[in-house]
Amino acid sequence: MKLNLDLNVSHLTRIEGHGSIRVRVVEGEVREARWDVVESPRFFEAMLKGKGYRTAGILTARICGICSIGHCLASLRATEQAFGVTIPPTAASLRLLAKHGETLQSHWLHLFFLAAPDFLALPSVIPLLESRPELFHLARRLRGVANRLSDLIAGRSTHPVSLQPGGVAVIPSREKLLILGDELHRSLEDISAAVELFASFRIPDFIRETEYVSLKGEATYPWIGGRLLSSDGVEGAEEEYLRMTNEYVVPSNSSKWCRLSRPSFAVGALARFNNNFRLLHPEALQAAERLALSPPCHNPFMNNVAQLVECVQVTHEALRLLDELITDPQGEIMAPVTPRAGVGVGAVEVPRGILYHCYEYDAQGYILRADCVIPTTQNNANIHLDLSALARRYAVEGMSDEHLELLCSMLVRAYDPCLSCSVH
Amino acid sequence: MNYLGIEPVRPRVALFSFTGCEGCQLQLANHEESLAEFLAAIRIVRFREISSSEQGEYDIALVEGAITRNDEVERLLAIRAQTKVLVALGSCACYGGVNRLKNSLDPAVMNREVYGDLSQESLPTRSVGEVVTVDLEIPGCPVSKPEVERIIQHLIWGIPYSFPAYPVCLECKQSFTLCRFQQGELCLGPLTRGGCRAICPAGGLGCWGCRGPAADPNYPEFFAIARQQGFSEREINERLTFFGGLEVTP
Repeated sequence: MKLNLDLNVSHLTRIEGHGSIRVRVVEGEVREARWDVVESPRFFEAMLKGKGYRTAGILTARICGICSIGHCLASLRATEQAFGVTIPPTAASLRLLAKHGETLQSHWLHLFFLAAPDFLALPSVIPLLESRPELFHLARRLRGVANRLSDLIAGRSTHPVSLQPGGVAVIPSREKLLILGDELHRSLEDISAAVELFASFRIPDFIRETEYVSLKGEATYPWIGGRLLSSDGVEGAEEEYLRMTNEYVVPSNSSKWCRLSRPSFAVGALARFNNNFRLLHPEALQAAERLALSPPCHNPFMNNVAQLVECVQVTHEALRLLDELITDPQGEIMAPVTPRAGVGVGAVEVPRGILYHCYEYDAQGYILRADCVIPTTQNNANIHLDLSALARRYAVEGMSDEHLELLCSMLVRAYDPCLSCSVH
Repeated sequence: MNYLGIEPVRPRVALFSFTGCEGCQLQLANHEESLAEFLAAIRIVRFREISSSEQGEYDIALVEGAITRNDEVERLLAIRAQTKVLVALGSCACYGGVNRLKNSLDPAVMNREVYGDLSQESLPTRSVGEVVTVDLEIPGCPVSKPEVERIIQHLIWGIPYSFPAYPVCLECKQSFTLCRFQQGELCLGPLTRGGCRAICPAGGLGCWGCRGPAADPNYPEFFAIARQQGFSEREINERLTFFGGLEVTP
C-alpha cells in the first residue's frame, strides 16, 4: 500500500501571528507542500508617508510587539543616515545594550515558550509550573533579566521610549547599571542550565543546502549597521539592501517573499552564526561546541541552537558594555539633528534576522517614501521550500499525519517567524 | 489558594488576536516576578501565541488588535457569542490604534503601493467595540501588565474596577518627572488618562495619548497652549490622531 498523508494546519500555534501549513502526499508522492501567511495586511509603509522624522521610530516600533526595539533602531538609523547625523559613542553603547536586552528576551521567549514544548511533548510551558517547576522558573528568571535590561535602558521593553533621533534621551544612574550588571552576571549560571537542557533535546537531523544572509562583522559580531554578506559570496553596502532582498508578491500570501542567488535564502541566528562565527566570544564558541553546532550548518532546526549560542554571546557583550558605562565617565548621549532632504537606510540584526528600513525625506524632515524589509519576509520562501524537502524526506512508510504535522510545525517554529512584522 | 476562607473562582481565560503587533498578548507572558501567581489565578484555555492547547469554553475573552478584514469580523462575532465577558485589550482593540492611520488614505492607492497588482483585502480599521459589544476596555500601547493583573483580580473577586479619572500629568508630578511640555516638547499628558505611571515622560518622551482621554479633558485649552508654544497644526494633529483614542483639532 502506498503512503497517503493529508496535513492542514490552519493558524499554527506557538508562533507570532497567523500562518498555515498544507502538505498533501498521494501514493507516496508529495503533491503539495505550502507555507502561507494569512495575517491581515497593515500598510505601515503607506502610513509613514507624510509623517515627521520624530514620529517614524515611534510608529514603526508598533510593527512588532516582540522586536519593537529593533524596528525603532533600524528606523532611527535610516533617519540619521538620511540627515548625516552621527550619534555619540555612549548613545551607541546604550542602544546596543537595549538591543541586547531585546535579543535575550525574544530568544528566551522562542526557546522556552515556543520551541521547547515540542521537545518536552507538551502543548505549552504552562504545565511545567506543576510538573517541572524548576524549568518554568528558569525560563521566567532568564526572561525577567532580559526585560529589565531593556526596561532600564529604553524606558520600556515593548515599544521603547528613550531611543530617539540623535541618540538616547536619558541615561540610567550608575547604581541602577550596577544592580543590572550584577543580575546579568548571576544569570550566567541559568544560561549554563539552559545550554544543558537544550543539549539533552534530540534536534531533527534534516539538511537542505541554503544561502545565508546577514550583516558582515568586521571586528565584532555584528548587530547594528555595516556591510551585507551572503554565504554564496554576494556582498554589498547597507544602502544596496534592495540588491540583497529582491522582494516580490506571491498569490494567497499577505507577506512578500525574497530571493538572492537561489530560489530562496535564510536570515536569523543561524545565518549570523554561519557568516560570523569567527567573531564569537570564547564562551559562546564553547556553548556551540557543547550543542554540536559547527559552521557551516545547513539544518534549519539548528536555528534554535544558534539562538541559544547568541544568548551567551549577547550576555557577555552586555556585561562588557555595562562595565564600560560604569567605569568610564559618561559623555554626550544626544547629537543635534537637523532635517535635510535625502535617503537613508538602516540595517539592524534583530532576533529573527536582518531588518532594513529605508526612508526618503523632504527638506523639512517629512517622509516622502518608506520601505521596510522584514526578516520573516526574507525567510518565507526558504520555509516553503524546506517544507517540500522535509515532506519528501519523511514521506515514507510508517509516517503518520500526526508525526508529519509535528515535524512540519517544528520546522516552521525553528525559524521563529514573526508574521505581524511580515505583513507590516 | 484561598482568601479569608473563601476559595476564589479561577476564570477560564481565552486570548485572541486580530490586526496588530501581538505586543499586548506578550505583556501577559511578561512581568516575570508575578508570572507564576498570575497563571495560577486564572485558567488559560486558549493562547495561540504560546500554547497549542485548546480546551472547551471560556468565561473571559481577551481580544487584542483592530478589525480590518471580513474573516476577522466573523471570528469576533463567534467569540462574542461564546464568551460571558469580552475585554478589548490594548489601544488597537479599544480605538483601532495606529492601524486607524490608514483610514485617511485612498485604499486603492495604498494597496497598489504596497502590493502592486496583487491587491489584498483590507477594510477601513474598526475598533473591537465598533463591531461587537465590549464589556471592558483596557487601553495602552502596550497595556500595562500590573494594571491587567489588578483588573483580573477584580474580575475574580467580582469587584467593579474603575480606571483613574486623572490625567498622566498627575503621575509625572508624583514621580518628580520634569514636565516635557515646559521643556518645549509636545506632550498629551494633560489630556490622557493616567494609570501608566507616566513611563514615557520619565523615559524622556512626551505622552502620545495611547490610553485615551482622562475624565473631562480640556481640549480647547490644550490646543490654545500648544499653539502658543509654537507647535504647528500638522504636529498637533499627527500626535492627536496617532492612536485613534482622542479628539482631533476642532
